[in-house]
Amino acid sequence: MAHSDATLTAHSPGLRHHFDDSEQQFQSSILGMWVFLLTEVMFFGGMFGGYTVYRNLYPDAFASSSKFMNLGIGAFNTGVLICSSLTMVLAVRGAQLGSKKTLILFLVLTLFLGCVFLGLKVVEYHEKWVDHHIPGPGFRYEEAQYFHQAQILFFLYFAMTGMHAMHMIVGAGLLTTLIVMASRNRFSAQWYTPVEMIGLYWHFVDIVWIFLFPLLYLIGRTK
Amino acid sequence: MTHQVVSVKTYVLVFLGLIVLTATTVGVSRIDLGEFNFIVAMTIAVIKGTLVVMFFMDVRRATSLTKLFAGAGFFWMAILLVFVLSDYLSRGWLPGPKWW
Repeated sequence: MAHSDATLTAHSPGLRHHFDDSEQQFQSSILGMWVFLLTEVMFFGGMFGGYTVYRNLYPDAFASSSKFMNLGIGAFNTGVLICSSLTMVLAVRGAQLGSKKTLILFLVLTLFLGCVFLGLKVVEYHEKWVDHHIPGPGFRYEEAQYFHQAQILFFLYFAMTGMHAMHMIVGAGLLTTLIVMASRNRFSAQWYTPVEMIGLYWHFVDIVWIFLFPLLYLIGRTK
Repeated sequence: MTHQVVSVKTYVLVFLGLIVLTATTVGVSRIDLGEFNFIVAMTIAVIKGTLVVMFFMDVRRATSLTKLFAGAGFFWMAILLVFVLSDYLSRGWLPGPKWW
């Protein structure tokens, strides 16, 4: 017999049999997650492409809209998301060290910061509603000459920040799942792959906002 | 499978860098630099994105294959934007009737 019983059973309990070892299994998961993130890059890329085209066609109208964005909330939310990326990475670190307490603490903090971001986004959307800045029959714009062009900008604003917020909501659900799994002792320093994967997702969503913030809130501020 | 753990200090430094860059980009947006406002804002965004990808997403220590995939995503994004812009920006350069 080529294999003794000892060699057949002496492996990490989380290892699937089609992988050579846990490291290879882990790296495969990371690669798979990146492939998914590439589809997300392309998905958001379409919207960034649309923004690029219209901003080049109507630079003045787009620049005029920045002053109607709530810069205070936008900048604060950027800080909130950066903080949540820090807590996420510290949660992953806690998982690597096998510390359940650290892991759960930082996952809860990340979830909390995500909810703060979404709550402030609701405040902003409400402001847009009050100001009649939602594209459609009720749309009004302070600079009448840009009425039609500004609607395109606000449509892009809602499409891009809305899809971003949707990703945040999905992320909040995923974090909740992680917190439940962690409290049921599902993770260890040997196996914490879901924490790492959702961490990658969370950071990606952060990066999308890092680009949305200057494009929507900052450009044309001085005009 | 245990991984080399990155120190909290490294993460906090990256975090502080990101916060400082955010404050910078907000500050610069209040100064009128003409065309350079856009260039500065995007340069800062790219630096911030790179910091997140390299340190928080740990691509800096990832396998070559993962690095290739991560790079490919942003390279394809660049193709999308450059090709679209090369069309829209060059319209009207050639004489002839306006056709769009």
